[in-house]
Amino acid sequence: MTSIAKPPVRHPGLPKNALGLTKRDYEGAMSTLCAGCGHDSVTAALVQAFWESDCPPHRAAKMSGIGCSSKTTAYFMKHSHGFNSVHGRMPSVTSGANAANRDLMYIGISGDGDSLSIGLGQMSHAIRRNVRMLYMLENNGVYGLTKGQFSAASDIGSTSKKGEANVQPPIDPCLLALTLGATFVARSFSGDKDQLVPIIKAGLAHNGFALIDVISPCVSFNDHEGSTKSYKYTRAHEVELTSSDFVPLRREITTPNADTEMTAVTMHDGSTVRFRKTHEGYDPTNREQAWLHVRECQKRGEVATGILYIEEGGKDMHALAKTVETPLVDLPYSVLCPGSKALDALMEEYR
Amino acid sequence: MSQINDFAFKMGTVNGTGSASANSILMQAIFRMGIPVTGKNIFPSNIQGLPTWYEIRVSKDGYTARPPEIDLMVAINPATYKKDVACVRPGGYLMYDSSWPMPEELQRDDITILGVPFGTMCVETFERDRDRTLLRNIAYAGALAALLEIDMDVVHEMLNEKFGKKKALLDLNFTAIRLGYDYAKANFECPLPFHLKRMDETSGHILMDGNTACGLGAVFAGATVGAWYPITPSTSLMEAFKAFCEEYRVDKATGLNNYCIIQAEDELSAAGIAIGANWAGARAFTNTSGPGISLMQEFIGLAYFTEIPCVFFDVQRVGPATGMPTRTQQGDLFSLAYASHGDTKHIVLFPANPEDAFYLSITAFDLADRFQTPVFVATDLDIGMNDWMVKRLQWDDTRTWDRGKVLNAEELEKVKSFSRYLDVDGDGIAARTLPGVGAKGAYFVRGSGHNKHGAYTEDSAEYQEVLDRLALKFHTAASVVPAPEFFVQPDAEIGIVSIGGCHAAVLEAVDRLKDQGIVADYMRIKAFPFCDDVQEFLVKHPVTFVVEQNRDAQLRAMLAIETGVARDRMTAVLDYGGEPLTARGVVSAVTTHLQGAMV
Repeated sequence: MTSIAKPPVRHPGLPKNALGLTKRDYEGAMSTLCAGCGHDSVTAALVQAFWESDCPPHRAAKMSGIGCSSKTTAYFMKHSHGFNSVHGRMPSVTSGANAANRDLMYIGISGDGDSLSIGLGQMSHAIRRNVRMLYMLENNGVYGLTKGQFSAASDIGSTSKKGEANVQPPIDPCLLALTLGATFVARSFSGDKDQLVPIIKAGLAHNGFALIDVISPCVSFNDHEGSTKSYKYTRAHEVELTSSDFVPLRREITTPNADTEMTAVTMHDGSTVRFRKTHEGYDPTNREQAWLHVRECQKRGEVATGILYIEEGGKDMHALAKTVETPLVDLPYSVLCPGSKALDALMEEYR
Repeated sequence: MSQINDFAFKMGTVNGTGSASANSILMQAIFRMGIPVTGKNIFPSNIQGLPTWYEIRVSKDGYTARPPEIDLMVAINPATYKKDVACVRPGGYLMYDSSWPMPEELQRDDITILGVPFGTMCVETFERDRDRTLLRNIAYAGALAALLEIDMDVVHEMLNEKFGKKKALLDLNFTAIRLGYDYAKANFECPLPFHLKRMDETSGHILMDGNTACGLGAVFAGATVGAWYPITPSTSLMEAFKAFCEEYRVDKATGLNNYCIIQAEDELSAAGIAIGANWAGARAFTNTSGPGISLMQEFIGLAYFTEIPCVFFDVQRVGPATGMPTRTQQGDLFSLAYASHGDTKHIVLFPANPEDAFYLSITAFDLADRFQTPVFVATDLDIGMNDWMVKRLQWDDTRTWDRGKVLNAEELEKVKSFSRYLDVDGDGIAARTLPGVGAKGAYFVRGSGHNKHGAYTEDSAEYQEVLDRLALKFHTAASVVPAPEFFVQPDAEIGIVSIGGCHAAVLEAVDRLKDQGIVADYMRIKAFPFCDDVQEFLVKHPVTFVVEQNRDAQLRAMLAIETGVARDRMTAVLDYGGEPLTARGVVSAVTTHLQGAMV
């Protein structure tokens, strides 16, 4: 069962955001995932990020495909429309929804099976199209709902619960996204909420496709010795390439940008991503360097995290298609239908 | 027998050599002479170098089906001489390029062979290789103008419209037309026994192909999102939509587009985009052909079960598999009507020609919104890509769109609570909300088992309740979708049922059968699900023929399944070779069967 309603308990003392909403207002149905599932931590980070971002829940749309990760769209923001579509096809459904109504905030939740196997093409082409959306790839390197098969994110040599070693090379969604021209590429870890929340907020402010690959261990089928997607392995091998803060537009930046190592990127809406520290002079605005760095980490068995690449000022799907600013769903029929005069005139061309 | 304005001629050429433009000039010139005319392009799945044919039928009586026989063959392609000479009716004519000695295979005693040295004349007259090739087509058009008495003023007028802005090109075309015209006048007895004479039967009509009509229909329906993956023969539908949008849907103040067309990475994605856009509240569609429909099956089931409107245009081509991409068929009836796994049934509309396609396209969007379900517009290559003479399209400015039951923010305020799949009105249709409308209207779309409130369920009773309501909704649709068109006569002995692109040939066949003393009632199915009238017609006609273009008599099977009338009471008349149906084929199938039944 994926939707057990939570009992409406009132907590009058809970802090409120600018909209007067508490974090409880950003929660959803009770999770039915396994206790300790990384995905639930990601859900909690999403709730935190949306609450902190003062996002009106009904102006967001939660999109997903099929799998454990895709179930989580039911577990946050119950006041948002949600769409649990078909396996691997969430990117196309989101592309269409965004084409129709560009004013909503689209949050796609996917997994490594949903995105890197059955939906690899769909994810890739949504990146190429530059659909403005937050794309959370909850990556546990395993098929959970079907009980433990390797996924396309499994590393060579990583073992299954039964001890079998994976032999096929993994697909790294961040390297792929960098290659395809994605303008926001990040990786994080479900066990590091402090890192994840600002990344989600930055991703939400990004004017285009924002990929966040979140290593999110599967406690039931992929958290054992020998797995490279376990809590233990990820903690031991995480290399934070960047550490960032997200500063919304209306909040004044109080600390002057004195640190020479610190870079700041201004987002489309005027908000700022500040990089508190970067790894060995890592430049998150240099696509080629980012790719090489992530690839080097991968070769060493390390998990590169942080905002790996960011590029503001690119054109999203609507800018590329030169669509009107008004969402297409709001155009009245009188604007859309050319009418009898136009048809009569047109008929002369078919004689 | 007088054959004024009642004959057919056919051009056999090599594709990619420019014959299409000459053929369309011929057809349009005849149309402008006020004479009813139809063109059928029989072309290869290829860009250059393979045989291609174009048939033009002139019919003073206004028949628009493929011609029953060919009176004059223009054989320009030596590779198909054998086939081309065989297709001419006894007593007919064949014109070929006599620049080279006449090959033996063109010999036939019962027809007249006309040789015109098109190649030699063009080589002598034009300097560039490209002109020599392209203008050979214009030259044969000139010869035909002389032989058939096509009004040269009209031809000149057309060339002017086409090339007027490019003086040099215009002159070349004028020269080429005269080459053929003058040669024919000087060497043959012009006109031939069958030829043209001005009429006034085409005013109030246009020449249009079905893909253009569907694309235009989508614009008039208010569609704003089109998603597609290129596939013959449906590609020109989205191209037409795009062209019309560029004309009618660009915001004057900003120059920005009141539409969004997405060329997807495959048909699965195209379906997903169209469904996502409809869910968000736009009118959106995708266009494809059989292979694309196969790929979209999973998404179609999702839209059916989650009740999201979506219009799918299926321009059918010959299957199975890749089949013959440039040939026509009605082989997708099953895969549309019952698309996707599990218990699914869908609304399918069957236009008979481009005019019908325009209006039914608009109806499709209204039905999709009203019933919150996928709706298919099933045309075929013949309707989609060939130019048909049809009535001018008309628009009533008082008409508006039917968006169905969509609760806006105000309406939501008035309801106590919102449940996505609750049937309040008893018609099987629940109200929906669009994302962004407000917290009260929020719901979760899921392709998994859900109850009437939209919540996940694995409970048999809750699941069945939803499935049964979907059946009720489909039942409601049967009385709302376009009813069949009936053509009845007093004292009819037999019934004929047909669908889509067969219509023109069946209408003509009904007349020819009457000439032979066989009086037939005819029912043209316009939509699935079938309304009660369909069953009534079948019951009323103990001898019924079901005419369709597929091997397995799919329409007949659907009639049997859905109406309960025994399948074997209906005689299947099938044509599935990939070419447009002729009345002759229908007449011969019916008479043969009736004779057999009498013995």
